Amino acid sequence: MLVLDIVSSILLMTGIFFGFSGAVGLFRFPDFFTRVHAASITDSIAVILIIAGLLLQTSFDLNTAKLMFILMFLMITSPTASHALAKSARHGGLLTLGESKQQQKQQKEQMQQQEAGQ
Amino acid sequence: MSYVLDYYNYWVVVFLMMAGFYTVISANNLVKKIVGLNIFQTSVFMLYITMGKVSDGTAPILAEGVTQYSNPLPHVLILTAIVVGVATTAVGLSLIVRIKRAYGTVEENEFENKDDAI
Amino acid sequence: MAVLIDLVLLSMLAITALRVIFLKDLFAVVMLFGIYSLLSALIFVNLDAVDVAFTEAAVGAGISTVLMLSTLALTGRTEKENKRSSVLPLLVVIATGAALIYGTLDMPPFGAADNPIHQHVAPRYIEESPKEVGLPNLVTSVLASYRGFDTFGETVVVFSAMVGVLSLLGAARRRENSDDAAVIVAGFKGHKVLRVVAKLIIPLIILFALYVQFHGDFGPGGGFQAGVIAAAAFILYALVFSLSHAMQVVSPKFLQLLASLGVLLYASVGIYSMLKGGHFLDYNKLAADPLVGQHFGILIIELGVGIAVFAVMLSIFYAFAHQVERSTIK
Repeated sequence: MLVLDIVSSILLMTGIFFGFSGAVGLFRFPDFFTRVHAASITDSIAVILIIAGLLLQTSFDLNTAKLMFILMFLMITSPTASHALAKSARHGGLLTLGESKQQQKQQKEQMQQQEAGQ
Repeated sequence: MSYVLDYYNYWVVVFLMMAGFYTVISANNLVKKIVGLNIFQTSVFMLYITMGKVSDGTAPILAEGVTQYSNPLPHVLILTAIVVGVATTAVGLSLIVRIKRAYGTVEENEFENKDDAI
Repeated sequence: MAVLIDLVLLSMLAITALRVIFLKDLFAVVMLFGIYSLLSALIFVNLDAVDVAFTEAAVGAGISTVLMLSTLALTGRTEKENKRSSVLPLLVVIATGAALIYGTLDMPPFGAADNPIHQHVAPRYIEESPKEVGLPNLVTSVLASYRGFDTFGETVVVFSAMVGVLSLLGAARRRENSDDAAVIVAGFKGHKVLRVVAKLIIPLIILFALYVQFHGDFGPGGGFQAGVIAAAAFILYALVFSLSHAMQVVSPKFLQLLASLGVLLYASVGIYSMLKGGHFLDYNKLAADPLVGQHFGILIIELGVGIAVFAVMLSIFYAFAHQVERSTIK
């Protein structure tokens, strides 16, 4: 019993760590796509670890089955939500940080060329 | 400290109520007014549920070995109030849509000016 | 521990509300309101109100956010700069707030078991309802049996809200020429993943709604929650596969019939118990054994509530989405 408790608390702690790192990333990352990446960590690995930790706390009854269903449901929905978010942003014309820097550089070069041409 | 804990929930409820109230009377945009009204409404829900809570009580679903339940009556009142609340919010929002059709704006001072012009 | 969670969640709620006041971007305001609803659902769980939390999560974070977003699509997403002075509203709010805070000091302390509210009717519900109604979930037995009149009134209010919305916005009709619809469908054609997952999820959501509907006597759940969850499934369908597809599955006309049917089902239980010689909504008369009668009565009126709430929520959504569709085609 004790071994299970220790394993479950380790799983819970790592889950909390990933959840926390996702939250920090959401605030600290520079552009939209990296922030979506950070947020999707909270949805995926943190949730898996926390539910795995909780599964070890149950005594393999109805609650175990319910947790399994929740895990399955989250495994389907949350990656889809992140995907839809990122894809909509892409369709809406949002550029990644690298691309927008490149674009700025090109615009600058064009300006300089125009100035040189004049 | 225990004095603060005794009244903290009520104070937050009053704060939320006032935040909603302020949004309703100071916002110019009708959609924001509706959001403010909803915040006010949720604060009232919170007040009722707070009053129904009993320390060391559990959710009012009969189970063996449980002696202390929280009060089910506020739960019943608020459960129905939430659904009625969203239905009335929908009526408010559809009024806003009609106002937009008729005046071309949902800012309060702008359509009041148009009213005065007539 | 529960107290600590309560403190943290309530503080987060207060911060969210504060942010809503000062934001000018209405899209962000509506999203924050969704977060606000979800946070309050968490607080309700912590305060033992599981049924309420269930409803708040489905309604506040689901349906009202969708309705507000579709209103924003019609009215524009930024608030214009407000030139009026905000000193007077602030003074009014501070004065009212101070008076209310002063008032709370006379309230009984939070959570004490001997508070006046716990002395009057609640002990009877808790002690007598196993003998009188015989359902484990006290909220369902109080909602459907002891306060059946009240719930009937509320169902009628929800129904009349639908009538109000439809008379303001006009009932959505199924489009005959599919050219206009094709334009809108094209927007989501690229989202293959979304379409596949939606197809996978929607049956599960409906199954869950049915579970919530019929398990409401024993655990958290009931007609109100089930109706909202089922409506959410169809709203998801309409969002991913276009409104006209959803209207082919459930037509607006049918929904109006369904909403009336739900309310009528509720009322007919009352009438039937009167015919059997009892009072209006007296379930004891529905069967030879009063307890069995109670079970029948609660099952049927919860079904009526579920059908009515489902139909009302979905037809309100149809009305709004129809308006959005009209404005994008023009």
